[in-house]
Amino acid sequence: MFDGKEVRIPYRGLLDWSRNMPEELRSLKQSEAEALFRRIGITFAVYGEGGSPDRLIPFDMFPRVFAADEWAKLERGIKQRAKALNAFLVDVYGRGEIVKAGRIPGRLVYRNEAYETAVCGIIPPKGVYSHIVGIDLVRTGPDEFFVLEDNCRTPSGVSYMLENREIMMRMFPALFQENRIAPVESYPALLRRTLASVAPAKCDGNPRVVILTPGHFNSAYYEHTFLADMMGVELVEGADLFVEGDFCWMRTTEGPKKVDVIYRRIDDAFLDPLCFRPDSMLGIPGLMNVYRSGGVSICSAPGAGVADDKAIYTYVPEMIRFYLGEAPILKNVPTWQCAKPEDCRYVLENLADLVVKEVHGSGGYGMLVGPRSDKATIELFAQKIRAKPWNYIAQPTLALSTCPTFVEEGIAPRHVDLRPYCLVGENIELVPGGLTRVALTKDSLVVNSSQGGGVKDTWVMAE
Amino acid sequence: MLSRTAENLYWVARYIERAETNARLLEVGARNALIPNTGGGYRNDWESVLLSFGSLFAITEKYGDMVQRNVETWMFFDHDNPNSVTSCIEKARENGRIVRTALTTQVWDALNIAYQEVQGFARVERSRLSLSDLTDWTLRTSALIRGSALNTQLRNEGHDFTNIGHYLERADSTARMLDTKYFTLLPQISYVGSGLDNYQWRTLLRAMSSNRAFNWAYGGEISPNKIVDFLVLNRACPRSLLSAVEGANEHLDRLARAYGRSGPAQTRVRTMVGELAEIQVHDIFDEGLHEFLSRFIGEIATLGFDVKAMYLSGDVR
Repeated sequence: MFDGKEVRIPYRGLLDWSRNMPEELRSLKQSEAEALFRRIGITFAVYGEGGSPDRLIPFDMFPRVFAADEWAKLERGIKQRAKALNAFLVDVYGRGEIVKAGRIPGRLVYRNEAYETAVCGIIPPKGVYSHIVGIDLVRTGPDEFFVLEDNCRTPSGVSYMLENREIMMRMFPALFQENRIAPVESYPALLRRTLASVAPAKCDGNPRVVILTPGHFNSAYYEHTFLADMMGVELVEGADLFVEGDFCWMRTTEGPKKVDVIYRRIDDAFLDPLCFRPDSMLGIPGLMNVYRSGGVSICSAPGAGVADDKAIYTYVPEMIRFYLGEAPILKNVPTWQCAKPEDCRYVLENLADLVVKEVHGSGGYGMLVGPRSDKATIELFAQKIRAKPWNYIAQPTLALSTCPTFVEEGIAPRHVDLRPYCLVGENIELVPGGLTRVALTKDSLVVNSSQGGGVKDTWVMAE
Repeated sequence: MLSRTAENLYWVARYIERAETNARLLEVGARNALIPNTGGGYRNDWESVLLSFGSLFAITEKYGDMVQRNVETWMFFDHDNPNSVTSCIEKARENGRIVRTALTTQVWDALNIAYQEVQGFARVERSRLSLSDLTDWTLRTSALIRGSALNTQLRNEGHDFTNIGHYLERADSTARMLDTKYFTLLPQISYVGSGLDNYQWRTLLRAMSSNRAFNWAYGGEISPNKIVDFLVLNRACPRSLLSAVEGANEHLDRLARAYGRSGPAQTRVRTMVGELAEIQVHDIFDEGLHEFLSRFIGEIATLGFDVKAMYLSGDVR
């Protein structure tokens, strides 16, 4: 928020607001926000912790703000990246030019767990594999953004972007009159348009879009219902769909109806028990045959996961240069692959300064934050790395930006990251906003909701 | 509409109606337990209540003693009882959560708040919760949910499935509630017309929120014939079997028109309406009230299966 002693321009409107808010009003508003979240039913479940599936993610009322020009640059960078990732996917399931050109080692691609041989040679409608690309970013300086990771499969959290805004507008309408804040509410309409734009070749007429959910026990179920509701499409489970002839159908009270586009929120492995995991109860037997023969579109397309793998991540700037012939706008965090002996040696020597992650990990589990760990923990982690070096990558600890946050004592800086959601179909679209996650514990760098992180509304000031 | 969505809506309505029935039954039992046990000759009232709802065996097994507190626990709080008010509210809310998109905000709010409140009861000392508080709460809650649905839901097929669930459950519950007291409604039993009988009949009407309505409709003396006529054959009584079956008929008809096809469910419900519209109270007593009610409960169950086969499985082409 501060630039030296001066308040940075985009935050000026918020200074008086936060300073003049009396303590009682603040706690009143905070509990009002919580009550709203609980009433709407926005909850999430933490896997592996048991307990109630109805936990709330803490919501911090202090918004995170981007100036219009800051956002314009980010937007260009995000779209560029989303485009390159899709070009990469079409390439590696096709001719593999980038591998042939020696820009990415073939074994990283073809022997990757997420590489799906079942879709080799398929070019999905409009050449798009990943229709919703969630890019996790952190800021380290006035003009410096780093990409932490790409999410090409089914990034979640977009319902928070929309609901956080709803709740802020409801609680502090005056703020929105005083500041010109770009709206995000067009997201569901854009998403629907994007999904409809990739309808399969065999679809004539208005494409029927559905969202496929693993069911109401899933931690992101609220989001699935929210999106279905906002887009006005059916929310289906695997058992609601079946394959007959060359098409996929859903069971309705009027009999079967043909489905054209499936926005799936389940993993590749569970999509079709005949093609992937035979024990999957979530999928639709025969779906992949329909997909291959152009009877249905699956978003994101099976196999998209190979592009957001942590080992492939290192090569995204290379992809941008290779496919688009442009210089990457957003930077990658320098990454050491423990699979490479020289990198591994460096990592082990400098563990105390590095962040180490599992290649396939997510949710902030199984990682080491060197500067925040004691000797014993570091030693323990070093043993794990020596045992399975290929399972780990390491990155320097970044000086993450902070954002003012309401805490017990008043307002204090807390570390934040940002996940914007880029839509790729006939066009590439990005709504001005995203999900800001905040580490609510002092000095913590882990923003995952499963590890005590919260969320904030994200503002992009209109030009 | 997705078959599963229709099924969830149907069950939301059924569970809410079932919770309400449970509360009404508790009220019947508790009021009857207030009368002095003179003569010492007849059965425990709680027993007949539980017998009608098919849970006599389960509760004796779990609690042994049939004292009011145990029955209250069993019928309101117990998770082991799939039909307790708590279980019903939880399942209704779970079904609602699955089809969150098919519910309006008001309906979802009402369901969700009911769920939060019922969780809250479990944390309150039992001595601070009187039976009438619990039954009042349940009636109020179900009225709120049902009212929100009637006022805000789209009048589409989801509305029909909700109502079909509601009416089928109501038909079943009125039949069962009447069955609870069938032995006191038999005209040939010697203590008919005694003060005790009147009391039990009044309680039954009261539990159906129909005590005063009955007076308006029939006036004068209360008698088994009038009660059976009121709760089975009178269209004016919102909880009568005929009203419930006609309600189901209306919504099945709407579906048949909307989808342009009619099937076994429509045929069956029409037959049932036809029968109830034709018969007289003495026909029912000729058949035997208990026998008539058992047959009716069976027919309602079969109608439920027909609805499932036609609409909720998604297999019909």
